[in-house]
Amino acid sequence: MADVTFTVDGKKLTAPAGMLLIDACRKAGIEIPAFCYYPGLSLQAACRMCVVRQEKVPKLQTACTTTVAEGQMFTTESPEIAQARKATIELLLGNHPLDCPVCDAGGECELQDMTFKYGAGESLYAEAKQHREEQQWSPAVYYDRPRCILCYRCIRMCGEGMDVWALGVQNRGVGSVIAPNSTAADGQTGQLDCEQCGMCIDVCPVGALTSGSYRYKTRPWEMKHVSTVCTHCADGCKVTLGVRQVNDGSEIVRADNRDKSGINNDFLCAKGRFGFDFVESAERLAKPLVRNVAGKLEPATWEHALRVAATKLKEVRDGRGGAAIGVIGSNQTTNEENYLLQKFARTVLETNNIDHERTTDYAAFARALAGHKEKAVSLRDIAAAPAILLAGGDPTEEHPLLAWELRTNVRLNRARLYIANSKSIKLERQARAVQGLPPNGYKDLTAILDRNESEFAKAVMAEESLVIIFGQEFRGAAVETLVAWGLARGNVRFAYLGDHANSRGAADMGLFPALLPGYVPVSEPGVFAEYAGLSQTAGKSLSEMLAAADSGELGGLLVVGANPVAALGVSPAALKNTFVIVQDIFLTETAALADVVFPAASLYEKAGTVTNTFGDVQLVKKAADHAGVKPDFEILVRLAGSMGVDVKTLVPFGKGGVTADLGQSRGAQSGEADRHGVWLASNYLEPKLSPFDPLATLDEIARLVPGYNLDRINLFGGNDVRTEPGFVPVSSLAAAGSDTVVPAHDTLFTSATLGRFSPALNELQQHQTHELAESAAD
Amino acid sequence: MPRLVSHPDEVKVVSKRFGMGAANIDRYIELGGYESAKKCLAQGPEWIIEEMKSSSLRGRGGAGFPTGLKWSFVPKQSAKPKYVLVNGDESEPGTCKDHLIFLHDPHAVIEGTIIAGLAIGAKTGFIYLRGEYRYLLDIMEKAVADAYAKGFLGKNIFGAGNETTGTEFQIITQSGAGAYEVGEESALMESLEGKRGVPRIKPPFPAVVGLYGGPTVINNAETIATVPHVIEMGGAAFAAIGSPRNGGTRLFSISGHVQRPGVYELPMGYNLKKMIYEVGGGIRGGRTLKAVVPGGSSTPVLLPEEIENLGMDFDQVGKAGSMLGSGGVVVIDDQTCIVEFALRTISFYQHESCGWCIPCREGTDWLKKSLTRFHAGYGVAKDIDNIQYLAENMMGRTFCPLGDAAAMPTLGFVKKFRKEFEEHLNGKPCPFAKHVELAVV
Amino acid sequence: MSPETMTLFSPKMAARFDALVEKYPVRRSALVPMLLYAQDEIGYLSDAVIAEVAERIGITELDVRNVATYYSMLRFKPAGKYNVQVCTNISCMLRGAYDLYERFQEELGIGHKGVTRDGMFSLEEVECIGACCWAPAIQVNYDFHDELTAEHVSGILETYRGRAKAEGTAR
Repeated sequence: MADVTFTVDGKKLTAPAGMLLIDACRKAGIEIPAFCYYPGLSLQAACRMCVVRQEKVPKLQTACTTTVAEGQMFTTESPEIAQARKATIELLLGNHPLDCPVCDAGGECELQDMTFKYGAGESLYAEAKQHREEQQWSPAVYYDRPRCILCYRCIRMCGEGMDVWALGVQNRGVGSVIAPNSTAADGQTGQLDCEQCGMCIDVCPVGALTSGSYRYKTRPWEMKHVSTVCTHCADGCKVTLGVRQVNDGSEIVRADNRDKSGINNDFLCAKGRFGFDFVESAERLAKPLVRNVAGKLEPATWEHALRVAATKLKEVRDGRGGAAIGVIGSNQTTNEENYLLQKFARTVLETNNIDHERTTDYAAFARALAGHKEKAVSLRDIAAAPAILLAGGDPTEEHPLLAWELRTNVRLNRARLYIANSKSIKLERQARAVQGLPPNGYKDLTAILDRNESEFAKAVMAEESLVIIFGQEFRGAAVETLVAWGLARGNVRFAYLGDHANSRGAADMGLFPALLPGYVPVSEPGVFAEYAGLSQTAGKSLSEMLAAADSGELGGLLVVGANPVAALGVSPAALKNTFVIVQDIFLTETAALADVVFPAASLYEKAGTVTNTFGDVQLVKKAADHAGVKPDFEILVRLAGSMGVDVKTLVPFGKGGVTADLGQSRGAQSGEADRHGVWLASNYLEPKLSPFDPLATLDEIARLVPGYNLDRINLFGGNDVRTEPGFVPVSSLAAAGSDTVVPAHDTLFTSATLGRFSPALNELQQHQTHELAESAAD
Repeated sequence: MPRLVSHPDEVKVVSKRFGMGAANIDRYIELGGYESAKKCLAQGPEWIIEEMKSSSLRGRGGAGFPTGLKWSFVPKQSAKPKYVLVNGDESEPGTCKDHLIFLHDPHAVIEGTIIAGLAIGAKTGFIYLRGEYRYLLDIMEKAVADAYAKGFLGKNIFGAGNETTGTEFQIITQSGAGAYEVGEESALMESLEGKRGVPRIKPPFPAVVGLYGGPTVINNAETIATVPHVIEMGGAAFAAIGSPRNGGTRLFSISGHVQRPGVYELPMGYNLKKMIYEVGGGIRGGRTLKAVVPGGSSTPVLLPEEIENLGMDFDQVGKAGSMLGSGGVVVIDDQTCIVEFALRTISFYQHESCGWCIPCREGTDWLKKSLTRFHAGYGVAKDIDNIQYLAENMMGRTFCPLGDAAAMPTLGFVKKFRKEFEEHLNGKPCPFAKHVELAVV
Repeated sequence: MSPETMTLFSPKMAARFDALVEKYPVRRSALVPMLLYAQDEIGYLSDAVIAEVAERIGITELDVRNVATYYSMLRFKPAGKYNVQVCTNISCMLRGAYDLYERFQEELGIGHKGVTRDGMFSLEEVECIGACCWAPAIQVNYDFHDELTAEHVSGILETYRGRAKAEGTAR
């Protein structure tokens, strides 16, 4: 739409014709208060807070429904308007309980803020207030009717935003209530049969909807608010952790999407919001364990455990050679940790026997894109793409943020979504056309499109540009065929769906026996030739390592944040002749068989970066602290140190010769980004004084890893930044060393090992299973 | 059975077939029915709209918008079907005129709907009756079925053409289920679409985006029933009966403390005092007039001295500080407690507020609670100002006119009868009615 | 709805509903009248009624409840066979509606929204029913009775008791 010029409070503003006045004003820094207005959701004009005066119009107008046109004149603050807003607040406070001192929203409440601003300080109300008992709708959601101001944000968020439609408004007038979609067995309390995303709680401007995991725990101002990246799926939502000091460190009390500044915009799912409690699990490892002579794991000091592990690793390396050691990395540790792990393996342990549990064939994707830049899309690109083909995958269950972005793009931008899948998925409700495929039929997709016969094919083929998002149904050659088809068509870009918080990072950082970071073949190491003692022969893959262990060829195995015993169903006997060292958060099936176990910090207790499945890199900040544990990064550095390695060869800390161990890495600072610090870090000027500072390794990653020369100022400012996977020169292509790819298929309430130790997620899973059984019984 | 009344001053246009058995289609035809529709079919839309404009007929629902003008706003071309919607959700306290129309002259409603449809190029009309009017809906549905049987409705109305050249018009009847708010035009559309009766954001206005998203004309049942008569007598002749810019007659529901309450058809501009004392037969029981609500419960009350020379049309009543509204004249005698009357009025709006917007939902509830306590003898001096403050702050601030409808009469009572409110203070017994016990609110 | 589907309603009502959903440009337009007619036959909107209506219209039960709870004539608990609705709004109030309402309360021994023990009557104080000029007026189910005084109360109740008896014997 063409731009128009209009006047607000004497200031000339310009905005596209037809833009809502409230948006145009907010863009220009003129705040217009509103309860019911929520950007991107349908208009209500119900709260009457956004009233403004438009010249030549007799009544006050609502800025949320007024569209701007050339020459209009508005006043947004005047005694008349202030009085109108004050009166509205007075009316609200008539029935609203003043239990702010115990209300979860106290201190973060829009009604409080507006009362403060418009000064309805004196209560005119002398009548008895309406009262209704609070209701629990699910383990996650509670509803306190008297506090509800009926802004209908929750209903719209649930319906329009989530496409769940589990909330409604019932009764009328002052008796109106928000109601959930399911009736409990007692027929009394409503129950929520939904995705339990908690978005309704997030958008509630007051304390009417509260979170089962947070309610009555603390006051908002008693928490530090640390923005970091969710540890669960591969979408990489920014999550703000509310952290409170406790005796043995600091505890996460809440996770939410506080400032909505991340890649996830308004969104956060159940796992991000409620699944942080694994951190406080009683089953968490808090001390190193060493297997004693009796064959039992017993607690040990860090010094002892490190010495035992280092001695054994050295013994195997020096006695039997690096080829007798295997290393298995993680899909959930940071890029810096993964990078360090492979560097440690290759330069200290002198082995290319390194791999991770592959859940997605990112290597095939990189190979397919080799030499073609700007063909991979970020999540933000998807959110704005006019046409999207989703081939395989079930984003609603496995990539909730992607599903949100697809729905939002369809709803607000009328994007055209096409779905090809072997099963029926919920996103079909947003799709223009759907192509059913047999479970093994994904390889025929390009042929179906090329035939251009079905309505589906015709519609897709008519698109001038296309984003193809494909799931783990595509592996190996299928990935290459699909990508090659798109590259040949031109104006097609891609995204590949993987599983865990940093599966993409694990692959990008070279946790492969034949590929170095950036998918550089070990046979042609290029810049990585600077690695001392790098072997140019491919090592063993994960399954080959386990087979080697079984046949007694593997003397040592270092497992970082992985559980191959459970994932691949390895027999415990297979590892009996191998010295196994495990770094993990929990005593997993693999850790239980280990000789040394190091208690590791979770993603919420460390700093670094992670890469989501779309190749967007984000900064992880340390939020909580748990006594006894250490980040994997530090464990590796200490292990190397214990082996007698000059850790400076591993971690390029202490620029210009300045060295000092100033303790743990940065990241504990909360709240707003330290702008000066951001600038320094982004210009490589901040000295990394500690060998435990993962950001020193990030410097090396940026220097050496193709595609990771990141936009540092944005990264350190807390934004998501792009990688470029199309960097691999075609000339240096080599086979990644194929190995089994086992997708995790985590659902809305499961999250690999972490999910097993999250009471909140387990409870939600049970609630939903129960609701499902109930509705099936109906 | 509602009693029919008559008075020599009446000019019977809309009510001329009342009591004559016109619910029977043959009788209706015998009395000249459906001729106007046939004439309109022959003359075409522009002619109809011109006649309607020249009649200066104004909407009988309450807002008084000129009907011809309203019809002319509907775009000629539309991708979506256009609709005519008859608002028979008659719910404004003090108003019972549509009740008689549906009872005695249902075909006039059908005929008016057809004419409106011809005027705007709609093929479908809806007649929506409030849920309580079930026996009237039965009458209406029978009448619609009879009109179909005669070929007055259907694919080729009045058999004027053939299957291809004929004009199509269908009528669908609909029942509400108890909601005053559904009388608001866009709320009625929501209800008709099977939703909660919450009004829509405007613009867009119904003439452009209405029922099912199509251009829609929505008229009060009395307005629609008047249409055939306007066509029959000609717009100019109809206009001549009334006062300037207020064409014709309208049905006044005179209720309350008069000797002869009833629905009377009087020319627009008829003197209110005469309406009470001559048409209504004066105050019953030899009492004196205390106040009169001139246009249904939402219109501000008038004092005896304010009605001396008051002609009952939209403009004159507006000038007197009230509104002609739905034509429900509620007469209040000197033995009535105005506080109780105000309480009963606000109780209604509290009950009927849809709850969508804050000022109306909370304001009506607060006012009801305050007035309940006040009338029960527990008022304090500050309450009177508070009540006025609340009502003033609802005015013009709500999502739809219901907030104003609740605030306006309240303001009228407090301002004009402040002394009577003060007489309720300090636990003094109500000077009039017996007190109700303090309600648990 | 297919004929083999179980329905809560009489064959006549079920057939009426089958037609009702086809009557409008949009199926959902049948919702409000369907709820009212369903209540007329079943007595109130039970969970089962809501579920069947939702299925017939093709919307969620939540949607049906959202709408049903809006309209004041719809109820979710059984009422009496004859639901006495006394208007006490302004025109009726001015002509003695409260006395009338009080008499009904005394005669029936129940208050607002109460149901007599035998299930014969329920009582409700209602808003304007559109009979202002014939005030005070009441509705018993859908029947209007107007220009009443307290003296009419027992007669009205007797009429309905008689009607119930006649129906009982007819059956």
